[in-house]
Amino acid sequence: MTSAAFLDLSIYASFIMVMLSLAIAFIRLAKGPTLADRVVALDMMTVTIIAVCGVVVVGTGEAALLDVALVLALVGFLATVALARFAERRDARQEESADD
Amino acid sequence: MTNIIIGIFLLLGGFFALIAAIGVLRLPDVLTRMHASTKAGVLGSSLILIGGAIYLAETEVTARVVATILFLMLTSPIGAHMIGRASVRGLTQKHDKVEND
Repeated sequence: MTSAAFLDLSIYASFIMVMLSLAIAFIRLAKGPTLADRVVALDMMTVTIIAVCGVVVVGTGEAALLDVALVLALVGFLATVALARFAERRDARQEESADD
Repeated sequence: MTNIIIGIFLLLGGFFALIAAIGVLRLPDVLTRMHASTKAGVLGSSLILIGGAIYLAETEVTARVVATILFLMLTSPIGAHMIGRASVRGLTQKHDKVEND
């Protein structure tokens, strides 16, 4: 097997693996019993989409997708922090109303 | 030779991303799921991005990849810490093996 054929094969294989992991993380996002589970699954999906961008960069040679990956890393962190703070404050508020 | 190195990076990255996703699906509670997604997930996508940087072999591309990986490794512990702090109150009641998986 030539090295170019190996690269093609590994691009396809890693694309399939990354897409499979995206689907599995989505199952946890749909099932997840608590809000924290869903936030973890969403965070995992963001990181996996960054990996998809990396695979597509190698597959097509389009360097612009690395910008997408960088912006997605920034926005994904903000989303995680916002959702975590929301969950924390919601729990605190529920406890407060239970005390009343 | 370069092609083989890139292919190995891609395959390793895809493998770690898959491991992370299986961990997120199969592990019993939030803290262990978070452990899978933050460590293995960041490692997988970092390996794939390094493969892309070797493939394109340009300075701007490499700088962007290094910035992305640094940012991921800097922020994912912070995010995990915040989710963990938010969820630890509900976990104290049922930390044993979850029954409603």
